[in-house]
Amino acid sequence: MSQATTAVQKEQHSEHHQELSFLYKYILPLDHKIIGMQYIFTGLIMAVIGGYFAYAFRMQLAFPGEIVPLYGLVGPGEYNMLVTNHGTIMIFWVAMPVLIAGFGNYIIPLMIGCDDMVFPRLNRLSYQIFLASALVLILSFFVKGGGFGGAWTAYPPLSSVAEYSLTDWGSSLWLLAVALEFVSFLLGGINFITTTMNSRAPGMKMMDIPIAVWFIVIAVILFMASVGPLIAGAVMLFMDQRIGTSFFLPSGGGDPLLWQHLFWFFGHPEVYVVLLPTMGIVADIITVFARKKLFGYRTVLYTAFATGGLSFVVWAHHQFIAGIDPRMANVFVVTTVLISIPLAEMMFCYIATLYGGSIQFTTPMLWGLGFLAAFLIGGVTGIYLGASAIDVYFHDSYFVIAHFHYTFFPITIIGMFAALTYWFPKMFGRMMNETLGKIHFWGTFIPFNCLFLPLFLLGLAGQNRRVYNFLNYPDLARQELHDLRVFATMSLVVMLLFQFVFIYNFFVSMFFGKKAPNNPWEANSLEWSIPSPPPHGNFKTLPSVYRGPYEYSVPGRESDYWPQNEPPKK
Amino acid sequence: MIEFFIENASSFASDIDNLFEVVTWIIGFWFFVTFGTFVYLLIRFRRKKGVKAQYVAGEKHSETKWTHYPHYAVIAFDVAIIALNIFVWVDIKQTLPPRDNMIRVIGQQWSWTFVHAGPDGELDTSDDIATANDLHVKVDNTYHFELQSRDVLHNFSVPAFRLRQDAVPGRTINGWFKPTKTGTYDLQCAEMCGYGHGIMGAAITVHTEANFNETMDQIKKGTYESHYQKRRGTKTEAPSKISKENSKSTFTDVLASIF
Repeated sequence: MSQATTAVQKEQHSEHHQELSFLYKYILPLDHKIIGMQYIFTGLIMAVIGGYFAYAFRMQLAFPGEIVPLYGLVGPGEYNMLVTNHGTIMIFWVAMPVLIAGFGNYIIPLMIGCDDMVFPRLNRLSYQIFLASALVLILSFFVKGGGFGGAWTAYPPLSSVAEYSLTDWGSSLWLLAVALEFVSFLLGGINFITTTMNSRAPGMKMMDIPIAVWFIVIAVILFMASVGPLIAGAVMLFMDQRIGTSFFLPSGGGDPLLWQHLFWFFGHPEVYVVLLPTMGIVADIITVFARKKLFGYRTVLYTAFATGGLSFVVWAHHQFIAGIDPRMANVFVVTTVLISIPLAEMMFCYIATLYGGSIQFTTPMLWGLGFLAAFLIGGVTGIYLGASAIDVYFHDSYFVIAHFHYTFFPITIIGMFAALTYWFPKMFGRMMNETLGKIHFWGTFIPFNCLFLPLFLLGLAGQNRRVYNFLNYPDLARQELHDLRVFATMSLVVMLLFQFVFIYNFFVSMFFGKKAPNNPWEANSLEWSIPSPPPHGNFKTLPSVYRGPYEYSVPGRESDYWPQNEPPKK
Repeated sequence: MIEFFIENASSFASDIDNLFEVVTWIIGFWFFVTFGTFVYLLIRFRRKKGVKAQYVAGEKHSETKWTHYPHYAVIAFDVAIIALNIFVWVDIKQTLPPRDNMIRVIGQQWSWTFVHAGPDGELDTSDDIATANDLHVKVDNTYHFELQSRDVLHNFSVPAFRLRQDAVPGRTINGWFKPTKTGTYDLQCAEMCGYGHGIMGAAITVHTEANFNETMDQIKKGTYESHYQKRRGTKTEAPSKISKENSKSTFTDVLASIF
């Protein structure tokens, strides 16, 4: 064990020997588990806001100009604000906090067998900055002019000049909130990498780390390496907005395209930043419930590194028709299509893991498998958009919307439910209701497909994004296309209604569910070797690790799992 | 496949449609093979009493070939897609074929100005004809366009032509298209440009030679009735469920007061 951890342990022991008061236990905690839960709950609340926004603007598209129940009239300015902030919230305030910061905080120390993060105070500060960023974002909806409505990519000059966007403080607060959020994740990221590299339990070699932890670490490395240019860009954009510089204004010698390069240099790795944690969590879930060793642990790991590396050189595929030199597009077509190579290999390994298994369809497993099925569609449709000539037609159309919702919805929402249902017994010491869990799964998964499959067709028909009323366009006002819009909106409403099943199940199980044993899923990784919920400090004695995390159904053993910390028989 | 949803009315539209179709076959094949295997494995290896799972590490060659061989095939298909794509892309965006006519397209919040080159086929001469939100072109003429923006980013998008190009303030972007079918089509702004982005539409009409000259004469004389207005007036309320009052939101009123 490294010195850093020892130091932290000492500090913790001296400080937390006595029972902590409520304030220090839940509001200002140093314990990684509570901080993780703070992130998860904040993320869930933000997900409710993001979902509500989606409801409001989908209703406007299906019933243009009518009063939306529980919202009111959606005018064009409001529509822009809703789509912009729906995107921003779902990526920066749901996907990242829940999957990376939330579950990262919760599971990394438990899975690598240490008592806490290496820098607990940094961890707490990171959450507090994150909370501030969420509050700043919410504040931005209520300032004069309303929230920012220039799309989540915030292309200048629209985002930099108040006369163009008509949301003077809305844009600035939005930008400030995003910047604060990055600061928070930079702090958290340092913590995750250092903890995983330094504080692993004795005996845990690099190749014994569960894929869920590995992928969060890779995601954080990608984030930290890519976010620099965007922070520089955000500062320039902020100065353009507030003190009248012209980094992105052509009239003052700036270039609007510069922002797009800075933004997408971050923005594309960001896709893999949110993808990898879910991919890792799903790897752990399918191995547990198929009772199988992960097919090609090293291959999966190396493909993740390859994907991450490649993701830094594909960004301009968001700009094929943005006015860049058309010859440059060819290079980015090659790199973009090449990214399918590691990802296809990773997907094949996941599917091969199922071969010869003994597959048990529990709720977490359903979410894990649902992720693979949905992400497959999202993945293959990406090939169309990576091909620049087809992208000429599909760029900024509903085809793009359908494509990235087939990646982001599985990643964010399905991945979140997979992780929540899988670790719920560990987090709260109670089991969730399986029947309600399955109803919730099918009630989410089927409407999800009914919602986004029609959008592919609307994209084929030439429907562009961010338009608040398609009836203004005669080619798009056709009855059959409008029926598709109404169908998609109705599916969304059904899907949102089924979330109440989850909320009910979540809270009732938290207080009245069946008591969970230490290891309800008979899984191998270290977090299942301690009581549920784990006590402060996690492990009574630090565990020793003797093998990798995926030793299921080993021949010659009576039980079909073999915990990482079980000493081998002499 | 795209023609099923929307007409293809320009020379390169069918190139894009064909490429789309080829890619669809490739992707469809992979999707059904992968998804089929996935579902088969789920059914075949569901939990049965007394059957223990196998121990497969996936590190021996005899095992990894099951993921590696399909993987080599993926690489081959990738190369094919890249090659086909670059051919089409070079044609439609990277090279400009010889022109028959010129137009200038100017986007601003939230309307389009089109400058038609007039009979001499050159811009910035005295016979140029400018219109707002109405673009008129001749069928089977290769047009070069100069795309400009007065304020923020816009996007000159004509779905029926499979044409799309961002307009960047401070720059002139050149491109081309060649309409092949007469008719009136939607022209949309496809890049978020602020409050009125959703109604920044226009109409593009592809005329025969005679028709085109007649329309240009009408514009010069001032007897011209905007195709864009006419089209919106007749077709906007098409879906039966939406009553006329409702589809006219407060937004149109706001815009009316701006312009």
